[in-house]
Amino acid sequence: MPDMPQQPDSPSTDPSGNLNDNEFLAGLRSQMLKFALLQLGDQHEAEDAVQEALAGALKNADAFARRAALKTWVFAILKHKIADSLRQKQKFANVSPLLRDDQDEAAEDALRFDDKGRWHRSERPNRWQQPEQTVEDSHFWRTFDACLNGLPEKQARLFMMREFIELSSNEICHNEAISQSNLHVILYRARLRLRDCLDSRWFNKEPAS
Amino acid sequence: MMNCKQATRMLSDAQERPLTLKERSTLKLHLMMCSGCRNFGDQMQSLRGFARDYSHKPGDGDPSE
Repeated sequence: MPDMPQQPDSPSTDPSGNLNDNEFLAGLRSQMLKFALLQLGDQHEAEDAVQEALAGALKNADAFARRAALKTWVFAILKHKIADSLRQKQKFANVSPLLRDDQDEAAEDALRFDDKGRWHRSERPNRWQQPEQTVEDSHFWRTFDACLNGLPEKQARLFMMREFIELSSNEICHNEAISQSNLHVILYRARLRLRDCLDSRWFNKEPAS
Repeated sequence: MMNCKQATRMLSDAQERPLTLKERSTLKLHLMMCSGCRNFGDQMQSLRGFARDYSHKPGDGDPSE
């Protein structure tokens, strides 16, 4: 809906207005919940973590004049809640059938690399233009979300656990009961795919004809 | 001689553990000759940056959009 008239919003001069704006809050909550669920894999735990994070943020709502700042803050609290939950529970995720993964990975690699392990000419990475500026663009984040959601669940979860929640490799291995080398492979696969996806859907996107 | 497939794995692993001296020197040699893998290395840094910025992403329904 590109031509929606500018909606009069909650009074932006009222700093606590953020958390009284139901629409904004509902959107934020559902985004947090999606993220917490990805990390914790349990609806109940995810809802608890989100609820606690929001409650924590409400106490300090006055400090946030801008929604962006509020959101950063709530997510920072959520990160800690999730990290705590992950540290507390020894999570033995069932090991996925390795054979199938291996086959998929070999097929994927054949698309990227030739039989000598060199990039196929068409797949050789091109430079990304101004990646540090792109984070200001909300369309970019939609693409990022889509790419993240396109990863196999475990890859997405471990990648964000490592890079967003910033748990150490050791902590992740301990929680997930996997070896370091197993984790390194999973992170490598996640990075390959995420790079491919962002490259083709954002940075080196074919111009629409 | 390190190929691109091995180099990309090394570039990912470099974010997880200190590479050995031998790994570092063979990777460096490969990167000197391979622009694709150099770009890939930069992009690994970018991915980490994006993930860390995840919660900073412009809010849905932000009035400034």
